[in-house]
Amino acid sequence: MRDFVSARARAIPPSGIRRFFDIAQTMEDVISLGVGEPDFVTPWCVCEASIYSIEQGSTAYTSNKGTPQLRGAISRYLDTRFSTRYDADGEIIVTCGVSEAADIAIRAVVDPGDEVLVAEPSYVSYTPCVSLTGGVPVTVPCRAEDEFRLTADALMESITPRTKALIANFPNNPTGGVMQEADWRAVADVLVDHDLLLISDEVYAELTYDGDHFSPARIPELRDRTITLNGFSKAFAMTGWRIGYLCAPPEITAAALKIHQYVALCAPVMGQVAAYEALRIGEAEKDAMVREYRLRRNLFVDGLNKLGLACHLPKGAFYAFPSIESTGMTDIEFAESLLREQHVAVVPGSVLGPSGAGHIRCAYAVSRDNLKEALSRMGAFLGSVK
Amino acid sequence: MDDKDRILLHLLEENCRTPVSELAVLAEVSEQDIRDRIGRLEAAGAIRRYGAVVDWEQAGNGNVAAVIELKVSPERDFGYDRIAERIARFPEVRSLRLMTGAYDLQLLVVGSSMHEIARFVAEQIAPMDRIRETATHIIMKTYKENGTAFAGREEVERLPYSF
Repeated sequence: MRDFVSARARAIPPSGIRRFFDIAQTMEDVISLGVGEPDFVTPWCVCEASIYSIEQGSTAYTSNKGTPQLRGAISRYLDTRFSTRYDADGEIIVTCGVSEAADIAIRAVVDPGDEVLVAEPSYVSYTPCVSLTGGVPVTVPCRAEDEFRLTADALMESITPRTKALIANFPNNPTGGVMQEADWRAVADVLVDHDLLLISDEVYAELTYDGDHFSPARIPELRDRTITLNGFSKAFAMTGWRIGYLCAPPEITAAALKIHQYVALCAPVMGQVAAYEALRIGEAEKDAMVREYRLRRNLFVDGLNKLGLACHLPKGAFYAFPSIESTGMTDIEFAESLLREQHVAVVPGSVLGPSGAGHIRCAYAVSRDNLKEALSRMGAFLGSVK
Repeated sequence: MDDKDRILLHLLEENCRTPVSELAVLAEVSEQDIRDRIGRLEAAGAIRRYGAVVDWEQAGNGNVAAVIELKVSPERDFGYDRIAERIARFPEVRSLRLMTGAYDLQLLVVGSSMHEIARFVAEQIAPMDRIRETATHIIMKTYKENGTAFAGREEVERLPYSF
């Protein structure tokens, strides 16, 4: 029999932490700082609305691009919250999480041979999604000394005549780095000069702790060369509902919609009802969760620095990204030994991009009690390896 | 009262035994600042008392609690305040509120038995001047107290890793 697996699928590298999963499976008392999801349950008002809609028999397909109610609510939300304007009818598609939004955004704009810049360290899906279209992913480093921001210089060094687009995620998974308006303006000049498109994944936008999130599509010169991605998973603790959205100028939205209608048809209707409710009445609960993340960040980052693991204070998302270089271990060795010896799960930074080497990603979206326990186990671990 | 005070009050309400050093880290201020703020909030009466949320049933104490509704004729010049003041003096009365709606005062009363509560209402409260009507509701089970749910909910299983 032939090998039926396509060359493109075969070329996707296996997950860098598959074996960590297997080790964690054998343990009963793992404290996981490895998972990028809120430990909160979705606000109950949101769940109630979705349950009620199921009871009313709302179980059918929706419009491909999502219900008009939800698209309208997203349009108003983006305007009031981030001062970006997107037309509910022609510029917004509701997707199965931001993962799908990233995939269809990339497929809508990348041709074989196009180079696509990916600001790293980053969430792991962008690079393989680019490869699956036949595009060529090229990583752009965001360095610790720049507080993990993307700089115009780093961007320029990676641009070639074949470069078509940049994918960036701020507030950033895994570093917690954010980009202020001035940072984006510097990047915007480069993008305009080289006629590049920006795909901006802003799923952590609500989780910004010092000052407001700045959405790059606010910059007029970027507005029509930007695809903005966002979703409900992180801000409203709705990971399992799978609701994200893509916003872009009409031509790009129309192209992405053609792909979305064939791969997903529409996002799940229960999730869309829930997402609408989250925007309608979920703000207070969202704000309470964000306040709690900030407390956890303060507690955890203070603890890491006291343990001697140098960590900048992340300004967004819910990740701390300390350097573990002082231990003399690689990040992979550190993460694996910490899991084996103290049953604390963290993600080695190098699996999220070369600039992540020497760091570990710790999601502080767990209770403060668990964070304290994790810190105490990390302290014991560091004591044992010295 | 500023944002830091509000954060501090929430933290103390959640766990008043949190050490000052930890409060300082959480609220992003110095330990001395925390001590100053607590002093001010106590002096201003914003912090009335430090206590624990006790699940007495779990603690093996068979106390009985009841919500009692009172219809009261208000007094000229004093309204409900003087009668409320008198009722509040009974140690059996754990909380006392003036309500809108079908009745006026709402009491939470705790006693060692249903009999004791019945006697307290019949002998102490009902005969007071200006009490027109009482309705006693025995609490059968407490599901949530002061923001704390008593029933243990099973932890939802989550993946140990995701990107």
